[in-house]
Amino acid sequence: MIEFQNVSKKYDNGVMALDNVNIKIEKGEFVFIVGPSGAGKSTFIKTILKEVDVSTGKIWVDETNITRLHRRRIPYLRRKVGVVFQDFRLLPNKTVYENIAFAMEIVGTNQRIIRKQVPMILALVGLMGKGNVYPNQLSGGEQQRVSIARAMINNPPILIADEPTGNLDPETSWEIMKILRTINRRGTTILMATHDREIVDIMRKRVIALEKGNVARDDKIGVYGYDD
Amino acid sequence: MTIKPIFTLKTALKSLWRNRMMSIASISSVSATLIILGIIFALIININAMAQSAKDQFNSIQVYIGDDVSAEERESLQTTIEGITGVDQVIYESRSDALEQMKESWQDNAYLLEGLEENPLPNSFIVYLTDIYYSAQVVSTMSTLPGVEEVKSYQDIVETLLNFTEMMRKAGMIIMFVLIAISTFIIHNTIKLAVNARRREINIMKYVGATNWFIRWPFLTEGTLLGMMGAGVSTLVMKFLYTYVYDLLNSDFYALISAYVVKPEVLVGDLIFLFFIIGAGIGALGSIWSMRKYLNV
Repeated sequence: MIEFQNVSKKYDNGVMALDNVNIKIEKGEFVFIVGPSGAGKSTFIKTILKEVDVSTGKIWVDETNITRLHRRRIPYLRRKVGVVFQDFRLLPNKTVYENIAFAMEIVGTNQRIIRKQVPMILALVGLMGKGNVYPNQLSGGEQQRVSIARAMINNPPILIADEPTGNLDPETSWEIMKILRTINRRGTTILMATHDREIVDIMRKRVIALEKGNVARDDKIGVYGYDD
Repeated sequence: MTIKPIFTLKTALKSLWRNRMMSIASISSVSATLIILGIIFALIININAMAQSAKDQFNSIQVYIGDDVSAEERESLQTTIEGITGVDQVIYESRSDALEQMKESWQDNAYLLEGLEENPLPNSFIVYLTDIYYSAQVVSTMSTLPGVEEVKSYQDIVETLLNFTEMMRKAGMIIMFVLIAISTFIIHNTIKLAVNARRREINIMKYVGATNWFIRWPFLTEGTLLGMMGAGVSTLVMKFLYTYVYDLLNSDFYALISAYVVKPEVLVGDLIFLFFIIGAGIGALGSIWSMRKYLNV
């Protein structure tokens, strides 16, 4: 589903964010990306979303070589990759329903289908009946659920979660993890960057540890393995 | 991806209303630009019209013939002049014809000519040129011919007039260009504010996979709408302004000038067209310019 072949990324300021990275992630996998700050996690994610171009090597996403993707094709790549952020990134002046519908309008979905799909995804993330509420009336955990719903509404084969529990208390974090696990079981490949030791250790999923731009560990059933 | 015109228009209008102070500033700026542009345009059009009619009037050269020239000599002189390069036509005007014509053009004041004991006017040829370009050459050639007493051409006037119109046109173009640039800049700023206010939204749109054109459309529509609203305002202002000036010139006092002044209907018709194209252009250009930086996520 995602494959990195000898990928290196050197920024203009000389920082080697990724140094000859080789990773292969199969369809339906759940992968944690761990590592200290500045290890290259963000760059790793940004290269998949084509936010940054790699210096050398090749990246494949969903059977497509995106290493030399034309700028105009980037939106279509991103439609295959849902993204969830630590800070939710919801639009404050739109209701929950509108925030999710917005993602469908962008790809040109018919209003009739939008009206049918949004309640279904709200049920999946456990926010049934909250469609007409504004984000600031929701708790952090609920806001993150909305952002997961928005990321998944167009049914992307891949979901990237960049520290999705970073702003949440442990209990709420587990609720989010349950939702992600459900989504994963339905066949979506999930890539989650995190600093949350407990979650990584208990989930017992594949763990890729990045350090100074290198893959330091890649365990089928891994642990967090840092002391921070 | 399909573009929904009503959805786009609604979004654009909503955003314009939200930033209404800046919208009003932009519309005013575009209107001001277009009004000044319209005034310059009106001036140029009128000066051109006047220059054109003046040129037609002054396109001839008068050649006065000495009183002692006989009819035969006069006819051979005419043939000689007709042979000069650049001469289109030579018409003989006898002194009595000239007097008649003068009486006619003086109309009510013609009685002043009644008191003349004898006709003071000379016999003359009126020489028409194929092109004003030959003027100097023809004049100097004719001056040397025997029997020619005096050659009177309006070359200087015509040249001054042509230079003046040319200068006006160039100055007008420069002023127009500067004004258009300023307006584009102001629209650029307005849209930048709108884009800035919605940077978050644009960022999210990019992540969800919106194409650049999907994001651009509402802003482009916004800018174009601002430009066209400015065009509408300035068309109205120019219509009233020009009609007022035209009526003023048409009052008896200036009747002489008003014959050459372009009619308001004609001018405003031209202006509407010009304003809407330039207004929409300024708006579209300004908004695309302000979007560029934010689309690279």
